[in-house]
Amino acid sequence: MKQLTAATRARYFRRQLVDRIMGGLCIAAAGLGLVLLGMILWMLFSNGIAGFSLAVFTESMAQPGAGGGLANAIVGSLIQVGLGAMIGAPIGMMVGVYLSEVGKESKFAQVVRFVNDILLSAPSVLIGLFVYQIAVEPLGGFSGLAGALALAIIAMPIVARTTEDILRLVPQAYRDGAVALGSRENEVVRKVVLPAAFGGILTGVLLAVARIAGETAPLLFTSLGNTNWSTDLTQPMASLPIAIYRYAGSPYQEWVNLAWTGAMLITVGVLVLNILSRFSHAAVAGKQGG
Amino acid sequence: MLMQLARRLISALAATALIAAPAMAQDMTGAGATFPAPIYSSWGEDYAKASGGRLNYQALGSGAGVTQIINRTVDFGASDSPVSPERLEKEQLLQFPAVIGAVVLIVNVPGVDGSKIRLTGEVLGEIYVGRVRLWNDPKITALNPTLKLPQIPISPAYRADSSGTTSVFTKYLSGVSPIFKERTGAGNAVAWRTGLGAPGNAGVAAAVKNIKGGIGYVEFAYAAENGMSALMLANGSGKFVAPSVPGFLEAASQADWANAKNLAAPMLNMPGDNSWPIVTSTYILVPKNPKDPARTQRVLKFFDWSFRNGTPAADRLHYIMLPPEVQDRVRQEWTKLSPGGQPLWPAN
Amino acid sequence: MNTPIAERPLLGSRKIHAADTTFRISLHVAGALVVVVLLSILAIMFIGGKLAFDTFGLGFIWGTEWNPVTQVYGALPAITGTLVTAVLALCIAWPIGFGIAFFLTEICPEKLRTPLGVAIELLAAVPSIVYGMWGFFVLAPFMSEYVQPWLTNVFIWIPPIGDSFFWFTAPPIGVGMLTAALILAIMILPFIAATTRDVLLSTPQLLKDGAYAMGATRWEALTGVVIPAVRGSLFGAVFLGLGRALGETMAVVFVIGNAIRMPDSVMAPSATIASVVANSFPEAEPGTLDLAVLLGLGFILFVVSFGVLAVARVLLRQERMS
Repeated sequence: MKQLTAATRARYFRRQLVDRIMGGLCIAAAGLGLVLLGMILWMLFSNGIAGFSLAVFTESMAQPGAGGGLANAIVGSLIQVGLGAMIGAPIGMMVGVYLSEVGKESKFAQVVRFVNDILLSAPSVLIGLFVYQIAVEPLGGFSGLAGALALAIIAMPIVARTTEDILRLVPQAYRDGAVALGSRENEVVRKVVLPAAFGGILTGVLLAVARIAGETAPLLFTSLGNTNWSTDLTQPMASLPIAIYRYAGSPYQEWVNLAWTGAMLITVGVLVLNILSRFSHAAVAGKQGG
Repeated sequence: MLMQLARRLISALAATALIAAPAMAQDMTGAGATFPAPIYSSWGEDYAKASGGRLNYQALGSGAGVTQIINRTVDFGASDSPVSPERLEKEQLLQFPAVIGAVVLIVNVPGVDGSKIRLTGEVLGEIYVGRVRLWNDPKITALNPTLKLPQIPISPAYRADSSGTTSVFTKYLSGVSPIFKERTGAGNAVAWRTGLGAPGNAGVAAAVKNIKGGIGYVEFAYAAENGMSALMLANGSGKFVAPSVPGFLEAASQADWANAKNLAAPMLNMPGDNSWPIVTSTYILVPKNPKDPARTQRVLKFFDWSFRNGTPAADRLHYIMLPPEVQDRVRQEWTKLSPGGQPLWPAN
Repeated sequence: MNTPIAERPLLGSRKIHAADTTFRISLHVAGALVVVVLLSILAIMFIGGKLAFDTFGLGFIWGTEWNPVTQVYGALPAITGTLVTAVLALCIAWPIGFGIAFFLTEICPEKLRTPLGVAIELLAAVPSIVYGMWGFFVLAPFMSEYVQPWLTNVFIWIPPIGDSFFWFTAPPIGVGMLTAALILAIMILPFIAATTRDVLLSTPQLLKDGAYAMGATRWEALTGVVIPAVRGSLFGAVFLGLGRALGETMAVVFVIGNAIRMPDSVMAPSATIASVVANSFPEAEPGTLDLAVLLGLGFILFVVSFGVLAVARVLLRQERMS
């Protein structure tokens, strides 16, 4: 043994050293990620607090020096994101169900899956341009509806993808059991598979909402933004991302502060949604594990 | 085929929404230039309090503003650049200036007070084409014999987004600097030969602040609001002037309004003791053959009210009112509006 | 995680019921809609941009001059900026994302894994405009003050390409392709980390146990056993990250410097297709060449993204098969 040790030990140390160094680098990478998150959130909150007040929620955008808030932008965002999710999520779910329960590995399903993944990563600025061409130009004007449509197109593939993934986790025995009891195909899906995967699908929807709530580029060319209070879907509609974009570049400190507050509101809203979706996911995972 | 289907589907959806939504009585809608948007909205809010008429102004950008009024989807369009007389004729539009704006230059030269720096249009043009690259270039030091300018590179900043501000600035430079005209030219967006683009006034200002040796152009309202010192430029008389509201007004008054077609009087590089060289007016477009003349008349009433009562808001937001004699010319122009033989101005 | 799915047909030879037929048809329609949307996007971009392709031909893709004043549009500067920033971002984000994934799966104490994983993923939840503002107000000054002078000093010996492209030498103005790449890297980092982590977790424990039994260190088990086993999936994660970087808009507008000309350095201001579209669109009038050019750019960007994602898909598929 002792004769071997010199060379072996040296190699052993070298291997340990490499392992330690690489491990250290990985810890450093994780630390870097956390530091960046901290820095970005810090900038956001330290600036966002400056413009924060009750008026942000109760008043619409106003001229500089007249106070004003972001109420119209908040409501506009809620309407467009809500409508976008209401259009995009059900279609996305159906696509997910199709891929997981009906199409499976058929040629068409593979095409749909591939195309869905491309849509999932499609640049959102192009989605905005697309909706401008099909909904803004033909209708003769920018509208909240066009904005919601753009958001729906972005939400759809996200929901489709997460729905398919979660349905694949539903044990086959559930389906077999339901079929054995005489259920028809649509009943199996509606009454057994979907309820079992409810939490996971909700996660997907929430993630999609989180993603579209922060989108600026697709709204720029569709719902345009509005400085007044308006809930008319056929007219230009305000939204938080657009308000931020416009205010951040304005000369007036008040408006710049509001831009930061708006960014903070979106981030907080999206973070809360992400955490909520994680809880619902954990609840489902827990149920399945048990 | 598919497209038609999609369009029809969307139209149907929109129609449903239209019925569902309460018909809002918008008294006036305007759309266009982003530069005057704060003052128009501000006047609109004050006007609503005074008369009850509501204005919905959408800052779409000048190009879109022109398109919207040509399509008659709004009551007035707003554009930072005047529309060509031929196009006004073809599209049956009347154009008038509404408010004056100025573009000023901010700098970041370490150890030097920016407001003491003097430049001519020629040198500025050479800076923006990359001919003059250092702050201690002989051409700059010759204009500033008393300043100790450091040997650091000049980093010109410009607007990344296409904008009326860029249009005015490049028009000015094209007029005073042959090399700029040849190499770059004028437009809402141009092919810059050097420097960097930042989004919006705030972006340009922050870029200048961040970069040693930076220079950038911003709207006067922006510089004034943020207490930035702007450098001095030579005007049409060769005098070095600092930007000031009297200087803008002087430039506006010097403009040849009498011979200006469609009230698009050029006011760049005007002579005078205080005239600031980069001054422009921003324009309003109304239809000569409106579908609903009453709505057009409302627009005229709104601007008439704003000309008479809008000074406090303009001062607060650092915009410049039209000189009174120009306001009268605008009202004179309005009398040309008489759709169906019914004159819209003076309104009763 | 892909647990095995049903291989057997759901219904065997049972007679298909009317309700099931409706059910199946509606699901097929939904699936078809996805394909229709994608094809319509491509078609609209192409039709809208046709004027640009007709006017400039292939010169629209290879032209280096972008001049709205003379109405000459060549997309090469924007294509270059798009590809350089996206690839650079990937080169920066991939090692770090991989490190985070390895940390989360092997090094991190069990209790901290979930919260740390959530924290890293939250980076993905911040709206992109916030990244842009952070990049502009925090990162860009840092770059101009420290990083760019340092890089210029360190890499000054690298010979330029021709007499115009000087790799890492540029006036320290803070914004440019390198800064944009850094911001993009931060934005795709959580994406790469999360995907890589899922891939690493899906490796059978047996493989790792075997390696440890042979006396391998954690790092050796990773490089010797795990990575060879999941190589394709790891590449797929990288390509998906690249796809996101190619199309990012708002953050890039703030930090790239928005100069639509061929860059003379990796640190020089440039532009990406997405940033050009976002900057120019509001002033582009319908029916003009200006608008056609932007839609044509959109088409090019779509084709590029399409290609990148197709490659990513193929690599992932290979892995799934094997």
